[in-house]
Amino acid sequence: MAKFEFDDDGVVVIIGSGAGGGTLAHELTRRGIRVVLLEAGKRESLASFSQVPNEAFAQLSWLDPRTSSGDWAPAKTNPGLPAWLAKTVGGTTTHWGAVTPRIQPWETRARTTYGDVKGTSLIDWPIAHEELLKYYGLAEERMCVTRRAGNPGLPASNNFKVMHAGAKKAGYSRVHSGYVAINSRAQDGRGFCIQQGFCVQGCKIGAKWSTLYTEIPRAEATGRLDLRIQSMATRIEHGSDGRVNAVVYRDASGAEQRQKARAACVAGNALETPRLLLLSESGKFPHGLANSSDQVGRNYCHHVLNFTVATFEKPVCMWRGTSQAGLVEDEAVNDPKRGFAGGYFIELVNFDLGSLPLAAMPYGWGRDYASFMDGYRNMSAIMIVGEDLPRPDNRITLSKSAKDAHGLPVAHVHVDEHSNDIAMREHGQRQCRRMMEGAGAKRVVHSEGSPFATHNLGTARMCADPRDGVTNAWGQSHDIRNLFISDGSVFSSAAAANPTLTIVALALRQAEHISREMTARNI
Amino acid sequence: MSSMDVADRRGFLKVTGILTGYLAAGSPLALLAPSRAWALDLAAFSSQQGATLLTMARTILPHDGLDDAAYAAVVHSADADAARDAAARKLYSDGIASLGAGFANGSEDQRVAALKKIEPSAFFQQFRVKALSVLYSTPFAYAHFGYEGEAFSKGGYLTRGFNDLRWLPEVPPGDAGPMPGATS
Repeated sequence: MAKFEFDDDGVVVIIGSGAGGGTLAHELTRRGIRVVLLEAGKRESLASFSQVPNEAFAQLSWLDPRTSSGDWAPAKTNPGLPAWLAKTVGGTTTHWGAVTPRIQPWETRARTTYGDVKGTSLIDWPIAHEELLKYYGLAEERMCVTRRAGNPGLPASNNFKVMHAGAKKAGYSRVHSGYVAINSRAQDGRGFCIQQGFCVQGCKIGAKWSTLYTEIPRAEATGRLDLRIQSMATRIEHGSDGRVNAVVYRDASGAEQRQKARAACVAGNALETPRLLLLSESGKFPHGLANSSDQVGRNYCHHVLNFTVATFEKPVCMWRGTSQAGLVEDEAVNDPKRGFAGGYFIELVNFDLGSLPLAAMPYGWGRDYASFMDGYRNMSAIMIVGEDLPRPDNRITLSKSAKDAHGLPVAHVHVDEHSNDIAMREHGQRQCRRMMEGAGAKRVVHSEGSPFATHNLGTARMCADPRDGVTNAWGQSHDIRNLFISDGSVFSSAAAANPTLTIVALALRQAEHISREMTARNI
Repeated sequence: MSSMDVADRRGFLKVTGILTGYLAAGSPLALLAPSRAWALDLAAFSSQQGATLLTMARTILPHDGLDDAAYAAVVHSADADAARDAAARKLYSDGIASLGAGFANGSEDQRVAALKKIEPSAFFQQFRVKALSVLYSTPFAYAHFGYEGEAFSKGGYLTRGFNDLRWLPEVPPGDAGPMPGATS
């Protein structure tokens, strides 16, 4: 592993080591570019992943305080943790369920497809879908996605059998064991999935793709990656020419360090990325970096999520088996007759006993609640993941009331739900109930949203017109040529698909662009 | 151990109360535990406050066959919060006092009625969330609900029942993949 000098101004500094940052680090280093990768969290391993669910959550999650407001459920259920992300090498790819559907053609033309929906700030993506497809292919091959790139699907678990039977009863035709970035056969130097059911605690067998044990060690093997853990970026600096020239961070001891940089790529997740840009305000950029449009932090999307849990006459044992290997695609269409714009996926999900109550059933108590929990062995669960619409005032700002350990204001998350999101969630609940009852459910409960957001998107979005967002079609700041955004912040709209596959595809594409720009001496 | 030793140990730990109980004879945990008796030191609550909270946890999440030891884990966690944070301690102490001395001895209907009255309070909601987050993560709950937990140490569920459900139709081959190793 390389070690570069603080005053080495030839390195590219990447902030965040998850799906975007970790992939970008590998792609740049294998092209001969020297990279300093700053990660705020520690480095875990297959051996160190805890298998005690609440310990695992604490081991991988970003638990610094946040503040929140608005009428969405997380501001009530989890005001201090309204939106989840990871703080560990590999970022959210350590914890994710590895669900990898693609964004669909009409979704990349959201404004054109849905029209002028009142109360939204919809735009079209500045990338043609055919262009995205090329990178989807590369990403799916790299991540060993099931049912893509020649990979078999995962076998049907008990939980999926319930989902499949229910989907057929509900009249759905596109139901299968899912596109997941989990090995259905041994490949890529990693074993196959042994159906542990502990995907989100960190996959101890490494069958699930994570940058922690794929992209990052491969980048290290090039001899051009300097990974600095427990290194929290606090400020991006620029010269008098307005170009980025250094990244300031706190190291593991809390000491401030300054790494010079030829370019900076921010991949801190759509909460921390705009926070860092806003914290980096200067005389030249008084509203924060890359923010002449006043769009940094705005248009925050988090997907329409809802869990449906049901009990049956006979055992399901949903905890046995890959957490999310099941997908219904029939509702992932744009059909305004349903009463809302955009579509949603219905996805399999499982819950360990300890996580079920707060994640999926955070309300209620007493005999009724307890008697439902008593059916745990006979439970099955599904969820919806759908497109929420961007709104200018759903945004990340710097908190006025809370600071982190370094004395810097934390991210404040404000969301007021759009009526379209509510209509979609209610439709999803009805359809999920139909599925569960079709499979023979005795009782069905809904989560009424998600206790906290997990898909954070759109807060530094790509746009053709610089006034609409923050970056161009390569995640390159419209304002500052050598400043890039490399995570889900760049999504021009949320689309229905779980975001990680698209984040990886965009990182692969961005790496080609950065390499070209460096070769051409544009940066 | 002399009584002096006990006094010193108690003083050092600043024990404010104690919760005790017996594992039910039929409990699966009773087979594993060295003794059926258990005791839990409290660092912020008195014994009576602890007993009130234990009854409250049982009323919020009533699982009749589940050992008191599981509910004591909820009280233990709340007690640790109260010992660490003066505001939490006051919230709990005031909340427990508001329930009155008779709460723990009331019938379930009476206890539910008393809790309904304070349902919107920060005290009730904080303790309800505490109960939800702690109770079902205890080994007692795992045993009670038949939850098998992590499986990495046993080779996963691949050969241990992940697909043993037989009361629904099997998924056709096109909609799911083969068992790994079957084709490669």
